[in-house]
Amino acid sequence: MSVPLTLLGLLEREPSHGYELKHDYDAYFGRDKPLPFGQVYSTLGRLARDGKVIAGEAEPGAGPDRKRYVITEAGATEFETWLAEPVTPEPHLQTVLFAKVVLALMLGRGAEQYLDTQRAAHLQRMRELTGLKRNGALVDALLADHGLFHLEADLRWIDMTAARLDALAREVGGPAPEAPGGSR
Amino acid sequence: MTRPAGAVGAFGRSPAPDPVDSLIEARGVVRSFGETPALRGASVSVTAGEILAVMGPSGSGKSTLLHCLAGILTPDSGEIRFDGRRIDTMGEAERSALRRDHFGFVFQFGQLVPELTAEENVALPLLLAGARRAAALGQARPWFATLGLDGLEQRRSGELSGGQAQRVALARGLVASPRVLFADEPTGSLDSLAGEQVMNLLTAAVRDQGTTVVLVTHEPRVAAYADREVIVRDGTVNTLAARAMS
Repeated sequence: MSVPLTLLGLLEREPSHGYELKHDYDAYFGRDKPLPFGQVYSTLGRLARDGKVIAGEAEPGAGPDRKRYVITEAGATEFETWLAEPVTPEPHLQTVLFAKVVLALMLGRGAEQYLDTQRAAHLQRMRELTGLKRNGALVDALLADHGLFHLEADLRWIDMTAARLDALAREVGGPAPEAPGGSR
Repeated sequence: MTRPAGAVGAFGRSPAPDPVDSLIEARGVVRSFGETPALRGASVSVTAGEILAVMGPSGSGKSTLLHCLAGILTPDSGEIRFDGRRIDTMGEAERSALRRDHFGFVFQFGQLVPELTAEENVALPLLLAGARRAAALGQARPWFATLGLDGLEQRRSGELSGGQAQRVALARGLVASPRVLFADEPTGSLDSLAGEQVMNLLTAAVRDQGTTVVLVTHEPRVAAYADREVIVRDGTVNTLAARAMS
């Protein structure tokens, strides 16, 4: 999650104070990791230095910072460019799951029990996310769905791998394949 | 280096199901179809009020297990108890009465009777149990509001969408307030959104009624609605997954 670009996006919606930005960021994007106030203001400071936002005069009233921030043309352009770019699909070719299965088989240990335990952990997380979906707002459901579909993909891989363990054990028990793109 | 005994064997076979608080208890169930074994000593325990997901690959025996637990099939050997009563030794008439009085069913394809209206389909278990038509329909009607089916009471199955038909089937499975609902891939024929709607309604309704659910599914997103899951593999039940989380 890019904090500067997300804050720019929130400012594109409307000029805001730092504490309003933190509130909205935490509500939508920081469920697992709220944004510290210090990071909000340091990020806004860098964005102001780079001409992406303008800080207004301090307003009278309580609170640590009563400045209202406004996005500039340069900030809006940067945000629009980022918004239109596709995220690079992550191939996940070397995951921890994969490493554990291969190492277990390489060492002559059963990987099936590990896969069962991992399956249970994934399903437990899916139960938590399903609970979030059922009890939360539509935005919560959207967030939970993203996690659920990714966990489901992992589970499909786990099931497929479990079905191929014997053949995999034979393969990784032999000499290692040549590493792509080079020699040792 | 010598490894301490038991370090590798941390994932031992799960202990036998505890019969104390089980509503359904199966032990060592074996069932074959001709020469082909479907269950090879399956044991599982279902606690009253829980939603249990039965998962596993195609052909693993999960549907056969459900049919044995529900008294539709009788095992070749092993024991199955419902509320302490052996059902594997019951005759067909007694099992039929048990299913009618205590169990509800939902299958992958709603299997509604096409000649009947949606309302009559929902009332069917009550009619088969001997209820008068007016009373049965009266008991069926509130389910249409509960499951978001208002206005569809007079439709026949061909006039319902897949999601609507499955919700009618769910109402039929729950209308007689069964103690156990057996659901075999209840969302298998639906898209993600319709399946989610059926599962939300199913779980809300069974929690409300205190109904126990045995849910066969190969979809993790559906299993995530359950309280726990067991995995059927090669005709046996692996409860390791559930135990590992407790």
